[in-house]
Amino acid sequence: MAAINRDDVAHLARLAHIEMSAEELDRMAGELAVIVDSVKSVSEAAGDDVPATSHPIPLNNVFREDVVGHTFTAEQALSGAPDSFEGRFKVPAILDED
Amino acid sequence: MTELNNSELIRLSAAQLAAKLAAREVTSVEVTQAYLDRIADVDGQVNAFLHVNAEEALAVAAEVDAIRAAGGAEAEALHELAGVPIAVKDLIVTIGQPTTAGSKILEGWHSPYDATVIKRLRAAKMPILGKTNLDEFAMGSSTEHSAYGPTRNPWDLDRIPGGSGGGSAAAVAAFEAPLALGTDTGGSIRQPGAVTGTVGMKPTYGAVSRYGAIAMASSLDQIGPVSRTVLDSALLQEVIGGHDPFDSTSLTDPFDTLVAAAKTGNVTGMKIGIIKELHGEGYQAGVENRFNESLELLKEAGAEIVEVSCPNFKYALGAYYLIMPSEVSSNLAKFDGVRYGLRVLPKDGPMTIERVMAATRAAGFGDEVKRRIILGTYALSAGYYDAYYGSAQKVRTLIQRDFEAAFAQADVLISPTAPTTAFKLGEKLDDPLAMYLNDVATIPANMAGIPGLSLPGGLADEDGLPVGIQLLAPAREDARLYRVGAVLESLLEEKWGGPLLDRAPVLKAPVLDSSSTIAGGSN
Repeated sequence: MAAINRDDVAHLARLAHIEMSAEELDRMAGELAVIVDSVKSVSEAAGDDVPATSHPIPLNNVFREDVVGHTFTAEQALSGAPDSFEGRFKVPAILDED
Repeated sequence: MTELNNSELIRLSAAQLAAKLAAREVTSVEVTQAYLDRIADVDGQVNAFLHVNAEEALAVAAEVDAIRAAGGAEAEALHELAGVPIAVKDLIVTIGQPTTAGSKILEGWHSPYDATVIKRLRAAKMPILGKTNLDEFAMGSSTEHSAYGPTRNPWDLDRIPGGSGGGSAAAVAAFEAPLALGTDTGGSIRQPGAVTGTVGMKPTYGAVSRYGAIAMASSLDQIGPVSRTVLDSALLQEVIGGHDPFDSTSLTDPFDTLVAAAKTGNVTGMKIGIIKELHGEGYQAGVENRFNESLELLKEAGAEIVEVSCPNFKYALGAYYLIMPSEVSSNLAKFDGVRYGLRVLPKDGPMTIERVMAATRAAGFGDEVKRRIILGTYALSAGYYDAYYGSAQKVRTLIQRDFEAAFAQADVLISPTAPTTAFKLGEKLDDPLAMYLNDVATIPANMAGIPGLSLPGGLADEDGLPVGIQLLAPAREDARLYRVGAVLESLLEEKWGGPLLDRAPVLKAPVLDSSSTIAGGSN
């Protein structure tokens, strides 16, 4: 398995929407390389015949009655928002100005 | 009304307080005020609380007292723990109090809804004393990753109280609360319990609703009780547990024999399995000694000690540090500076939502959270998914199989809860991998969804600090842990001549300078 390097971390930080300074990228790349190296053995633990477990106690088809339950008012839903306008979340520009 | 002074009152267990409240030997307002005074006296040193909820707690206490004083059907219908105060880990959302998750990104945020466990505490009329400190979004083993400063261990204020639920454990250990709620994703209830000399229980996955616990890793997270006695944890789990339609992973099993199990502890003829891979090499000598002592006591009480092997546990830590960050990277994507919490604008350049999001998350998240998000994003990337996340999920199957084989040979498994006693603040902060190793004995239970209980096992010879003993049972067999835990607790307390916390150093309010007047209300 390939080691993780500084370019990888920069790419991953962009995907995860976290701005990182040059110094932070250097440090994070070093720390993550050690962590990734320590978890490598996991890929050798199980053969192809072992099924994956995504959930410790699987419950299937959990349904409820199709009735309207409690819902938030717009005011409640917006109560923690950094910015709102006329009952809606207000966000910065979604598209780049080109 | 009471013959006990406040310093005696706060040392009573929840069960003892409940009995005194029911007998009207003490009022809930007196009890709640005694704890609020204790918090005022010592929390400046311990930093267990991020928010103190005095007004609401006293109002609930007064309500309980009025109902009791009036008598009649309403008094009869009061829950056994009505009027007994509790502290809540600040990962669990509450109306009327801030919820921060220990993060700057949620500073000042108030939830518009209560977690299911909070609704149940309110229904039982338990006064909520406040919200306790934690590693940011429950990511850590020392509470040092809190954005609001570390919590300190009441046994030695220069040492960590464990994590992520160090605030809940320290609050209970420092007699700032008789009970607390925690959450356990890889040991965050049990390991703080171990290093603070308190009891911590991670119930079976799904036995307690997760609705309203801010998700870290959804397939591993579990809310559970923190207390000073095994019986108190059983009492609390019966309050908060049981099916919840708001959590699709909630089990429909009743879990209503926990208190009875704690009261009728008996290990005669039980098989208790030592997990070969979870002691010995890598475990502190003093931890190992106390562990062996507990085995001897259980044997004398009529249990049969057997040895079991779980060979795939050597992959558990690695698999956990792939699955958990993968789920973290997905769960924490919602903190985007739009719907709640912090919004930070980039210093210059175009003000697009993506750049605002990146600036917000950079400023709002601490280093450990960022590390785990990046690691999870990596493990889930195209090209790496099979090798990392896919392999880790297979290891999860292998760990479940190891447990199945072990439980075919033993009714309950036993190990030390953590490999060492509490380490010094700052000691492992710059070495994430060393920090992760604290959870080596607690992680397998989360991976398999089984219940785990940590109880005090004594003090390590070399440093005089608490050691935790962990008991594990098959899924849905939480009652078995309370049964064995209560027996071991009573055998150990008989040996010590009282609870372990009686041997903790006495924390006192800071000495006031001569210009201050002494306000009433403290000890």
